Amino acid sequence: MRFPSEASGAAWFFLAPALLLIGVFFFLPVAASLLLSVTDFDIYAVASSENTRFVGLENYARLLRTPLFWSSLQNTFYFALVGGPLTIAVSLGAALLLDAKLVRWKSFFRTIYFTPFVTTLVAVAIVWRYLYHTRYGLLNYGLEALGVPPVDWLGDPRWAMPSIILMAVWKNFGYNMLIFIAGLQSIPDELYDAANVDGAGPVRQFFNVTLPMLRPTLLFVGVITMIGYFQLFAEPYVMTQGGPLRSTTSVVLLMYEEGFRWWRMGFAAAIAFVLFLVILGFTLVQFRIQRER
Amino acid sequence: MTVGTGNREPGTGAASRELPASSPSSPFSVPRSRVVGKTILYLTLFLGAVLALAPILWMISASLMPTGEASTYPPRVLPSRVTFEHYEALFTRLNLGRYLFNSALVASVVTLFSLAINSMAGYAFAKLRFRGRDRLFQLLSAGLVLPVQVAMLPLFLLMKQLGLINSYWGIIIPGLASIFGIFLIRQYAQSIPDDMLDAARIDGASELRIYRSVVLPGIVPILATLAIWTFLATWNDFMWPLIVLSDESHYTLPVALANLVGEHVQDTELMMASSVLTTLPVLLVFLFLQRYYIQGVMAGSVKG
Repeated sequence: MRFPSEASGAAWFFLAPALLLIGVFFFLPVAASLLLSVTDFDIYAVASSENTRFVGLENYARLLRTPLFWSSLQNTFYFALVGGPLTIAVSLGAALLLDAKLVRWKSFFRTIYFTPFVTTLVAVAIVWRYLYHTRYGLLNYGLEALGVPPVDWLGDPRWAMPSIILMAVWKNFGYNMLIFIAGLQSIPDELYDAANVDGAGPVRQFFNVTLPMLRPTLLFVGVITMIGYFQLFAEPYVMTQGGPLRSTTSVVLLMYEEGFRWWRMGFAAAIAFVLFLVILGFTLVQFRIQRER
Repeated sequence: MTVGTGNREPGTGAASRELPASSPSSPFSVPRSRVVGKTILYLTLFLGAVLALAPILWMISASLMPTGEASTYPPRVLPSRVTFEHYEALFTRLNLGRYLFNSALVASVVTLFSLAINSMAGYAFAKLRFRGRDRLFQLLSAGLVLPVQVAMLPLFLLMKQLGLINSYWGIIIPGLASIFGIFLIRQYAQSIPDDMLDAARIDGASELRIYRSVVLPGIVPILATLAIWTFLATWNDFMWPLIVLSDESHYTLPVALANLVGEHVQDTELMMASSVLTTLPVLLVFLFLQRYYIQGVMAGSVKG
């Protein structure tokens, strides 16, 4: 660089608005969240912050004694660990289909498959509520044609979370699919040619060429899908209000209720921080697994 | 990476190799296995397309049904007669025009300002040298792992201090700068040749001028991607607007919709009309500008 001093001043000028905004409205609140979680900040403190005391780790201790916290954690893991891999599998399947040499109108199908992703979550969650209706819903009607007895999708604690997972797979697979298609296109043809020469069939080619070459893509998709899925909120808020019998209450929904409905903000901040640790842990584990292979 | 028009087209990948290529001699000598394979492939593709579109198509269809028709057994797929009465009710009785305006206003303002703010920062990280650049960028990247919900409780208190609760600014300000946006721009701006920037400097152009007349025109495609991405994300956002907005007059469409379903859950057709109104604008934006959006998603991920 020929003009270091001048460019340096200009750099800070260009960076200032973004850094200021991200610092004040993101990093600062994140740090404050940690502080908030060791106070008894509640509805009285919302009125006047003098009513706040330092309580150490009491919020965390109470959290561990709260059954609802454990069940919300369990529900969130259910959603992420079943819904996440399922979404990724469907995405990969769709990407392989669309990447097939025989297929024409690729961009047409790609657009259709991607469409659910750009819809407004709240709106389609409401649509699915009606599709899941026990008596009038199209889903049960379709199952009936196959001879399956009606399922109380959102009213049965055993089925509520699978229903939300099914909707999430439908809504989200298109995004990962695009990323997989890009990953597939970057695999050199020569690798497949060599596998053909070696007499490898399609299945072996998939496991010996496609999957290993897709590993960086898989890591990226895995990490962003998991981060997103651990933040489950709008689907249960709109479709089930966390029920029935709290079977779809996620960690974020619990945080929202504690923090913004009951204004137990210190307690809610502890929940938020646990969520962060869970997400961080999972991200690190995924990186570790990828490295070991 | 260009999608679909790349040099490796038509598509190449594992699935394509499942069947041996037929001899190019005559179209009539295509092996039967290939015809069967192709049929299965297309059937699967069409089935997938039907499943992907069915909820959206049913939403539109049910929104046009006369009252009560979407709650009948057996369920109807198409309206017996098309009626727009529910859409009329949305704009007269339910005041959804107001929320439509709010959503459009907030999403447009966020998109416009965030483009300027993120592109400036992304360009600085890509092309300008300053002390601590890489460190700072690493710090920002670490922020990508932080779930936004962790920030929400203190952010609410901060907004309350600033008097921005229940205002448009309360939703707009936190969306003005995004780490992801800076990432995207930085990645793309790295491809601008240094010589071009230096040449402009030698000509005596100010840094601001270089940004305006050299950098911005050079990153138009990624700006388009980021614009669509930001607009859709802001339009569809639910949790933060739900927290910040308590007064109906400032509601965005998703918040209003979640509220509406509590009162009108029995009015299936009305709810479907509201859902169409909420999601149709973003669907149209996507359909018209999908090239930029899809390319952005694919390019950003692979290199990132």
